[in-house]
Amino acid sequence: MNAKGRVHKFGDNVDTDVIIPARYLNTASHKELAAHCMEDIDAQFVNKVQQGDIMVAEKNFGCGSSREHAPIAIKASGISCVIASTFARIFYRNSINIGLPILECDEAAREIQDGDTVSVDFNTGVITDETTGKTYQAEPFPEFIQNIISKGGLINSILD
Amino acid sequence: MGMTMSQKILAAHAGLKEVKAGQLINAKLDMVLGNDVTSPVAINVFEENGATAVFDNTKIAMIMDHFTPNKDIKAATLVKQTRTFADKYDIKNYMDVGMMGIEHALLPEKGLVGPGCLCIGADSHTCTYGALGAFSTGVGSTDMAAGMISGKAWFKVPSAIKFNIVGKPQGYISGKDVILHIIGEIGVDGALYKSMEFAGEGLQYLNIDDRLCIANMAIEAGAKNGIFPVDDITRAYCDGRYQGTPVEYTADEDAVYDAEYTVDLSTLRPTVAFPHLPENTKTVDEIGENEVKIDQCVIGSCTNGRISDLRAAADVFKGRKIAKGVRCIIIPGTQSIWLQAMHEGLFDIFVEAGAVVSTPTCGPCLGGHMGILAAGEKAISTTNRNFVGRMGHVDSEVYLASPAVAAASAVAGYITDPEKL
Repeated sequence: MNAKGRVHKFGDNVDTDVIIPARYLNTASHKELAAHCMEDIDAQFVNKVQQGDIMVAEKNFGCGSSREHAPIAIKASGISCVIASTFARIFYRNSINIGLPILECDEAAREIQDGDTVSVDFNTGVITDETTGKTYQAEPFPEFIQNIISKGGLINSILD
Repeated sequence: MGMTMSQKILAAHAGLKEVKAGQLINAKLDMVLGNDVTSPVAINVFEENGATAVFDNTKIAMIMDHFTPNKDIKAATLVKQTRTFADKYDIKNYMDVGMMGIEHALLPEKGLVGPGCLCIGADSHTCTYGALGAFSTGVGSTDMAAGMISGKAWFKVPSAIKFNIVGKPQGYISGKDVILHIIGEIGVDGALYKSMEFAGEGLQYLNIDDRLCIANMAIEAGAKNGIFPVDDITRAYCDGRYQGTPVEYTADEDAVYDAEYTVDLSTLRPTVAFPHLPENTKTVDEIGENEVKIDQCVIGSCTNGRISDLRAAADVFKGRKIAKGVRCIIIPGTQSIWLQAMHEGLFDIFVEAGAVVSTPTCGPCLGGHMGILAAGEKAISTTNRNFVGRMGHVDSEVYLASPAVAAASAVAGYITDPEKL
């Protein structure tokens, strides 16, 4: 499985309140949530994002609330993968559970710039910044988590 | 190698003699929690995947608290969906208006969580119950759905940071000052993926409400859980209340910690977290008179909506008036706390000072309802997060503080030390 797209770059401590503000949590509709994705940190994000684009952020991405609406909004906005230096732990497990691909790679997260074109090979964890030509190696998932992903998410893995 | 307190609870619930940090385990759950925002997403996952039964209808709690009493049609629709599900599966601990309270004030009060239990909740502040010696952590809605179906959850066993609490607090120092001080020291990702384990002789000065407040904000340091040892204060609170069988776990003498900190309660000063991160802390001594003028004061939430918090606020408000131009909203955490505060005469003090008293709700903490900020407005709040736009407009600001500091600031009209009134 691979992803390739244009990068939307963010900094440290992007919290779930800016990813999807609570004023929009009165719906569980993926489409409605996507329409407000990143609204309080970049009001133009939803107008710029295209199917397959990649989000890159620095440390502690997704901190704060446990709202699964946050990875849902990102995934439904068209983002194919999130790369960060580190993820807040609830966001990390929510992403795995709903099948939003995420990768931790500090060097890539710091060096990749907004607007770069990046490709990701999920099997090897290799991230390529096609704009600069540089490649990075992300940490592979532990087997336990790979098993959840390969079964198509947590629920499939427990109903199996 | 010895185990931490958190590791022992996880090992016991995974049926293992021993676990190590980093190990991935499946563990049996004693309680699965959701609220009016997260339960509907979990119910959708449950139903879309064809699940037809819950693992145990007594071990699931659905607490309608974030936007209730329902703030709009969409919120009412989500609560209706949850109520319908709860009726269908006979969920014993579905609690709506009239019974509900803020989930993390309500579950301890109702005895649904207690020493040694393992709880997940689709709400990040589920870590609150560590105050009672439980392993309790926030997860998402899919985890909640999986927990409701299987009674289990997967965990990566955390390593831990130990906080040795020493000394006796002075003046207006409360649990909120302790946790804001710690987050200011270690940062919002200072305990990322880890347990925060509290210990030390200073714990004798932290009552159960202080401890619930401290454990509640472990997530604001990125922690998986915060946990306190079980002592006489815990037992006095849980005896005759906890519906399960309490099990007291203690960390091994040779447990290994990633780091150890000492917090001397006697030297702490009232602490405020400035926008837009809980780690941006200053003591009241570092804030100038009139430096931060406020438009609103919120006293409540799963962090500070308990009776001790309301008493601390009333102690400051008694015989005083809230400054002109400041709106003060007080939100008791549960129906029981609400009644107790009323019987103790606290409502008279609040209303005479110029505050309003709300029904229990998370409300303004997350910018839901009951006190939303306009652009440019500033609030002092006893809640737990001061992120961009958290309480309303993206250009509003939230300052986090204890009930005493919040009340004093409402009286002064700017952020101040209660001692200075």
